[in-house]
Amino acid sequence: MNNLIEIENLSVIFDAKGRKVRAIEGVSLTVAARESYGLVGESGSGKSTILRALCGLAPISEGEIRIHGKALAHHGAKAFAARVQMVFQDPYASLHPRHTIDRTLSEPLAIHGIGGSDAKVVRALEDVGLPASFRFRYPHQLSGGQRQRVAIARALMLEPEILLLDEPTSALDASVQAEVLNLLARLREERGLTFLMVSHDLAVIDHMCDRVLVMQHGRAVEELVRDDLAHARMKTDYARSLFEASADRMLDPAGKDSA
Amino acid sequence: MSLLNIENLRVTFATETGPVEAVRGVSFSLGRERLGIVGESGSGKTITGRSVLRLIRPPGRIEADRMEFDGIDLTRATERQMRALRGPRLAMVMQDPKYSLNPVMRVGAQLMEGLLRRDRLGRAEARRRAIEALEAVQIRDPERVMEAWPHELSGGMGQRVMIAMMLIPKPDLLIADEPTSALDVTVQAEVMSILDGLVRERGMGLIFISHDLRLVARFCDRVLVMYRGRIVEELAAGDLLAAKHPYTQGLLNCLPRIGGARAPLPGLDRTGAWANE
Repeated sequence: MNNLIEIENLSVIFDAKGRKVRAIEGVSLTVAARESYGLVGESGSGKSTILRALCGLAPISEGEIRIHGKALAHHGAKAFAARVQMVFQDPYASLHPRHTIDRTLSEPLAIHGIGGSDAKVVRALEDVGLPASFRFRYPHQLSGGQRQRVAIARALMLEPEILLLDEPTSALDASVQAEVLNLLARLREERGLTFLMVSHDLAVIDHMCDRVLVMQHGRAVEELVRDDLAHARMKTDYARSLFEASADRMLDPAGKDSA
Repeated sequence: MSLLNIENLRVTFATETGPVEAVRGVSFSLGRERLGIVGESGSGKTITGRSVLRLIRPPGRIEADRMEFDGIDLTRATERQMRALRGPRLAMVMQDPKYSLNPVMRVGAQLMEGLLRRDRLGRAEARRRAIEALEAVQIRDPERVMEAWPHELSGGMGQRVMIAMMLIPKPDLLIADEPTSALDVTVQAEVMSILDGLVRERGMGLIFISHDLRLVARFCDRVLVMYRGRIVEELAAGDLLAAKHPYTQGLLNCLPRIGGARAPLPGLDRTGAWANE
């Protein structure tokens, strides 16, 4: 299998006031090209830290992360940015409040010396379903869902292969979440993107991902393929308890019986 | 007898572009039960909750044909009377512990403040009661939490501290505004069962405000669905799946389900006549 992302025995250790905090301990996973892979767990389980280590925002204390078979350190910063981009959880905090949408979207192009930004910005807004009139607005003039669309458009400006999604819809209303998830699924289909997606909502992960890794206290607990998740065929107690507590199950009459 | 009676509640905010009606004629009554209010952001659910405590600041204005709590007319009560009600009888757990706890006061001091000043208890007794309240919300090492600063607590701990604080005076009615939205699913279930127990043991009334239909369905007796400042549907929680209103149905359908189809999720259709009422 052609593995695009390989994480081998990754540990992330932070130094907090002289005390070692092991945020990730020996996690390994591989993601194939064009696959959509999910990380699920409670807060503090280290799921976001894996994404952050992948794009250099957290230290790789032990182990290795390879993309296209090449260790992370050997990718130049610019070349890496052109390949891997991230969408953050909170669209209120992740967009520069004093930059117009136009500036937010054209900045990656300027940094990478790519021309034709005018047409590309217009195209990008269209791709994420925002009207062209939003181009010269500021983030505060947009709703949460619209802002998250801008964040997705920004991540796609350099046409990366890999999109790291850190709880991209957890700050949004249910109906807006549906729109953003649909948008992400469509863009993945159209552009052959590879997703590594973090969420605490098992139903969202199930909807978007082919495989999912359940994490707890910085360790990998269990990897599940989608079919196993749907039929509750998990091996570990923790994965099962997460499944049982999932809000999705509350509406399901069958789910209540078996719980 | 019902604890709270609200008829035709309207909340208006004067803005530069004219008055904005955040709540447009909401009526409901509440006994010693668990009532859920659900809706998306901007539906007026939080404002409705705050209105009951009259916590709307100018330029906001509260009007109602009737707003009675245990026979007390809240529309006519003086600010002094309201202050006497807030806390001992009517309490509200706000959404975000980060903004609702005093950041420069230890948790213990915040919990004891009311007991010392309102109930005029001695320090030792106040401390004992505060620790008891922390234990009631399943905090395992209350002694340590008493000495902690709010920033040293996780979201879940902060939320439980706020619930503990609101429950110390044993209110008759608790309004919980998204008390669990910052929490993990397993902690969420824990906090909900704490609230649940209090309703059953103390006969407290609970208004549970949330955007999460599924959670409300599971933990409440009755659900009010709000859209743009109005109640569009009222249901027994068990009948949620049989909701008739297109908005409620839309809210349910747009949620992804485990093992559901991979097809695009249905969006919420806001083109019906109901959306502009």
